[in-house]
Amino acid sequence: MSGHDSKYFSTTKKGEIPELKDELNSQYKDKKRDAVKKVIAAMTVGKDVSSLFTDVVNCMQTENLELKKLVYLYLINYAKSQPDLAILAVNTFVKDSQDPNPLIRALAVRTMGCIRVDKITEYLCDPLQRCLKDDDPYVRKTAAICVAKLYDINAELVEDRGFLDTLKDLISDNNPMVVANAVAALAEIQENSARPIFEITSQTLSKLLTALNECTEWGQVFILDALSRYKAADAREAENIVERVTPRLQHANCAVVLSAVKMILQQMELITSTDVVRNLCKKMAPPLVTLLSAEPEIQYVALRNINLIVQRRPTILAHEIKVFFCKYNDPIYVKMEKLEIMIKLASDRNIDQVLLEFKEYATEVDVDFVRKAVRAIGRCAIKLERAAERCISVLLELIKIKVNYVVQEAIIVIKDIFRRYPNTYESIIATLCESLDTLDEPEAKASMIWIIGEYAERIDNADELLESFLESFPEEPAMVQLQLLTATVKLFLKKPTEGPQQMIQVVLNNATVETDNPDLRDRAYIYWRLLSTDPEAAKDVVLAEKPVISDDSNQLDPSLLDELLANIATLSSVYHKPPEAFVTRVKTTVQRSEDEEYADVGETGYSDSTGRAIDSSGTTTTSSVTAATKQPAPAPTPPAPAAAVPDLLGDLIGLDNAIVPVDEPTTATGPPLPVLLPASTGQGLQISAQLTRRDGQIFYDMSFENNAQIPLDGFMIQFNKNAFGLAAGGPLQVPQLQPGTSARVLLPMVLFQNISPGPPNSLLQVAVKNNQQPVWYFSDKISLLVLFTEDGRMERTNFLETWKSLPDSNEVVKDLPNVVVNSVEATLDRLAASNMFFIAKRRHANQEVLYLSAKIPRGIPVLIELTAVIGIAGVKCAIKTPNAEMAPLFFESVEALLRG
Amino acid sequence: MPVAASAIYFLNLRGDVLINRLYRDDVGGNMVDAFRTHIMQTKELGVCPVRQIGGCSFFYMRISNVYIVIVVSSNANVACAFKFVVEAVALFKSYFGGSFDEDAIRNNFVLIYELLDEIMDFGYPQNLSPEILKLYITQEGVRSPFSSKPTDKPVPNATLQVTGAVGWRREGLVYKKNEVFLDIVESVNLLMSSKGSVLRCDVTGKILMKCFLSGMPDLKLGLNDKIGLEKESQLKSRPTKSGKTIELDDVTFHQCVNLTRFNSEKTVSFVPPDGEFELMKYRITEGVNLPFRVLPTIKELGRTRMEVNVKVKSVFGAKMFALGVVIKVPVPKQTAKTSFQVTSGRAKYNASIDCLVWKIRKFPGQTEPTMSAEVELISTMTEKKSWTRPPIQMEFQVPMFTASGLRVRFLKVWEKSGYNTVEWVRYITKAGSYEIRC
Repeated sequence: MSGHDSKYFSTTKKGEIPELKDELNSQYKDKKRDAVKKVIAAMTVGKDVSSLFTDVVNCMQTENLELKKLVYLYLINYAKSQPDLAILAVNTFVKDSQDPNPLIRALAVRTMGCIRVDKITEYLCDPLQRCLKDDDPYVRKTAAICVAKLYDINAELVEDRGFLDTLKDLISDNNPMVVANAVAALAEIQENSARPIFEITSQTLSKLLTALNECTEWGQVFILDALSRYKAADAREAENIVERVTPRLQHANCAVVLSAVKMILQQMELITSTDVVRNLCKKMAPPLVTLLSAEPEIQYVALRNINLIVQRRPTILAHEIKVFFCKYNDPIYVKMEKLEIMIKLASDRNIDQVLLEFKEYATEVDVDFVRKAVRAIGRCAIKLERAAERCISVLLELIKIKVNYVVQEAIIVIKDIFRRYPNTYESIIATLCESLDTLDEPEAKASMIWIIGEYAERIDNADELLESFLESFPEEPAMVQLQLLTATVKLFLKKPTEGPQQMIQVVLNNATVETDNPDLRDRAYIYWRLLSTDPEAAKDVVLAEKPVISDDSNQLDPSLLDELLANIATLSSVYHKPPEAFVTRVKTTVQRSEDEEYADVGETGYSDSTGRAIDSSGTTTTSSVTAATKQPAPAPTPPAPAAAVPDLLGDLIGLDNAIVPVDEPTTATGPPLPVLLPASTGQGLQISAQLTRRDGQIFYDMSFENNAQIPLDGFMIQFNKNAFGLAAGGPLQVPQLQPGTSARVLLPMVLFQNISPGPPNSLLQVAVKNNQQPVWYFSDKISLLVLFTEDGRMERTNFLETWKSLPDSNEVVKDLPNVVVNSVEATLDRLAASNMFFIAKRRHANQEVLYLSAKIPRGIPVLIELTAVIGIAGVKCAIKTPNAEMAPLFFESVEALLRG
Repeated sequence: MPVAASAIYFLNLRGDVLINRLYRDDVGGNMVDAFRTHIMQTKELGVCPVRQIGGCSFFYMRISNVYIVIVVSSNANVACAFKFVVEAVALFKSYFGGSFDEDAIRNNFVLIYELLDEIMDFGYPQNLSPEILKLYITQEGVRSPFSSKPTDKPVPNATLQVTGAVGWRREGLVYKKNEVFLDIVESVNLLMSSKGSVLRCDVTGKILMKCFLSGMPDLKLGLNDKIGLEKESQLKSRPTKSGKTIELDDVTFHQCVNLTRFNSEKTVSFVPPDGEFELMKYRITEGVNLPFRVLPTIKELGRTRMEVNVKVKSVFGAKMFALGVVIKVPVPKQTAKTSFQVTSGRAKYNASIDCLVWKIRKFPGQTEPTMSAEVELISTMTEKKSWTRPPIQMEFQVPMFTASGLRVRFLKVWEKSGYNTVEWVRYITKAGSYEIRC
């Protein structure tokens, strides 16, 4: 039953628009319908037919459903450009929403929700209200989604009209599709709101799990995705949930399978029984493998997700490596991902088979794939010590084929192998040297030169080999030049004979006088000075033993991995990036009512002596990493007490997070900062600094005092890996410091850059350098207080639920004997100033028990219970948080805050 | 967020928009231009099916001569999006009578608009079952079930069926003769090394069903799979009959199959959609009966000559036969002349795919025909790199043979009217990716 609509695309010679206008106003129904089709055809190919708006809308009142749908489609496309005329359609919409035919009722509501014109939206509320309670499930399921549409246009309207409650009622609807759509709508609204709207309690959970059985495949996806946010109270509940979700793994729809996997993996974190976990791993493997027989695009999505799953639970697919062998006709993107997973699954048991495969791939046609295969062999060698020798022999075989890019790639990975297993495989150097002439890629050249330099003493003609590269030194890319420089120095230190001596002079000359590259010049000067002042010291530096490397490439940081696993099947899991890294949409926060309630608490923050400003308008800055990519949130206009804030802050807002160099140190910029680098150790330079939080952004408040005899300039700063990955968010901008002067700057900081592994500690190691002095190292403490975000406030119910949902093992208690609480209000003010928000208070005998909440970036809540007797020293502090290992840091910070 | 799409575009190979639908406001109407300039007109096309350009992400698939592009700006569910496209194409095909290409889209654009409006709302996929949609979305709008014209046959509960628990079957079907056709279609995937060892081998099978049954029948299917049989013998507390049982690695079912029941009782029970559908898919890796063994010897004699000998052995029953057997033996690009000797079928050199193609229309079991060929090459000076030998590929169909050994043990049909049904079962094994490295 093929149609013949293509005729509507053909145009006539006469002016098209006037002709269409005539036809639209024709009294014959058929002609009218054909005309509307022609209009839609013109719209499809991108012609502007908006001038026909009135004529098309006049066709809206029709018995003919097909025609009505076409007119509605036209309206969706053009109503925005003709908002005044769109009002003409409202009457028909409202009338249609009461039509006896449920299809028309649903169509009217569905279309109205798609038209984002204020005048239409106003009239949408009443029909929507009716349709949410319609007798027909088809209308209700359409209305449920329409609430989400309306929320997107006007969130306040949705809240004011009580649509959210009606929507929540639909979760208990007797029709599974209505339930599924209501869940989808609520989940979306929740995602765009800072307030708890859709909370999944254990009752809703069990209701939804039951609905799962009867839903359409898509409905199952909506429900599973929404439920994956649920945190089970204990292992037993988690097991129950998993048991009810596992049948979904057999579904033919890949989205259902992946969402089920996501949910099972989330709950597995809580399950303690190893038997159950092992059993689940066994159950998840076959469905994951089956995804690889779907369309290549779906395979790609599956493979990107499997990559994540394998990093967390390698046992699931440990025995399935064969299914990741590439087929000759697989698209390149599938092959690349399979290769990555093969490396992850390679073990001593299967390495022989894997190597045979890699070798096969290394002879295929696609250059990128071949390179990746060669590199994969090297990565396996680095990963599996016992297989290293076999890997190397395969690499040597490949080098013998003499395909240029294979040889080059092999040399690059062999360099890494040498780094991993020093003094083990040098016998193969001779073979490598045979291919010296064919190298033309910078990375391969640089690798080969590194090898020659590193093993200069074992290569008889090392000087000749290096010399052959030297001739073209000025033309080489920087990467090769740097390696040549280092290798020549190594050669000279190892064989201080005449030849190398001449070479080194040539190289140093080339690398200092003849070059514009500052890196190269700096390195050359360092070598030069080292060699001229103390050759023995040069040996210690240049020929020092190197740390052994390991294959951690493409291994994700555990906390990021957690986040990505919670996002299985979504874009985030495909990009391997957290959602906020690529979703730019600004969230519309509806916090009005709350702000009014708590306004007084927030305001006290401004008068706080530490000068830490609290942004009471409740902008949700999820983490400062993303702050730069997001558009500025609705302006946080500072309320009246802003006058009390130091001037500096005014500048800051105006400059939009720019770095603010302050010329003169004034007392007005805040309290004196702790001295971290005393002038005595800093050759006259004194550095004081402290982390501070302003306007939801973390800054490193630094003060430099020059007590030396010379002016200092060219300040730069770097932070070592630390528990929160704090790093500089911009360059350090300190003006030239004349002797006897000082400067104070605010350096914006970003989070999650270089996270140090292991349990979190508060150590922050800082290096500062300038053009005149050596590099200064000092360490500072990270106060957890600066990490508390402004959106840490919780509703009382939410607090209780979170408290209950966390296992008791996450509760840590500490007595702070030296802290005295003299006034509850003053203490709360002080805590609020550091973004710890008051929830409730209770009296127990003579004790005051205070409950507070806070949130650290990435949305990790911290629930706090403080027990104290007024006026008597000693406070019992209990906290509960998913990251219990943060507790010591927390106590440290709170104690400091309450005592100070 | 399970949103699958903010907008969907259908483009032809030149990049012209054939049809499009915006579901959400968060992507601009001109985003497709970015897709054209950054993906279609560059070498990026085909490098990765998920791409980010600016603030938007694009997922795309090519189906015949049409690109289907989905645009989102949120953290959308990609798996859901691709599956939606696949299902939507299946739906369109079922409406247009089989084909889906540029012409079909142009000829049915009104219908596609109507369907796009129905199957996705605000980016959330809705019911995509052709069976149900055809109740109220028809080629001719006038046949709408709710139109007041008296000639129409009204389907008063269409909306209930769309949203109902059995959202894939309509009520009130009547057939004079109640028949069920079962097709077990298996694809054998093989990757064999040049030395004859099996590197990877699996069977992906599907059970296709064609139902012409009245009313609302309940069906139950029994296979000779190990777990199902064990469970059954447990329930009935009697030992299983001897006979071959097989182990299924994984099964996935059409949405009509009750998964909870399968999980607890290991029985496949369902209310089928009307007409044709894919009931289940399965995968087997253990104990696969390979229908063919291929024994190639390829010798490069100097720089301009090659000798190719291929022996193919059929290892299924002598009474059976395979159809449409094609063996493709790759040869270098610079092949000039070929000569063949075959004991069965016909062979020729196909320059467009750089392969010797040997076709045998009917291939009986337990035979082993051979092909020997001499290939002359043009000598080239530039060819420094040695020829990378792509694998030999094979195509075939073997009726009444299953590589997995799967058999249908029973198919029971219950309907309250208690009619009798006729069941037909066919088996066929095809080549999936059947590759032999040489």
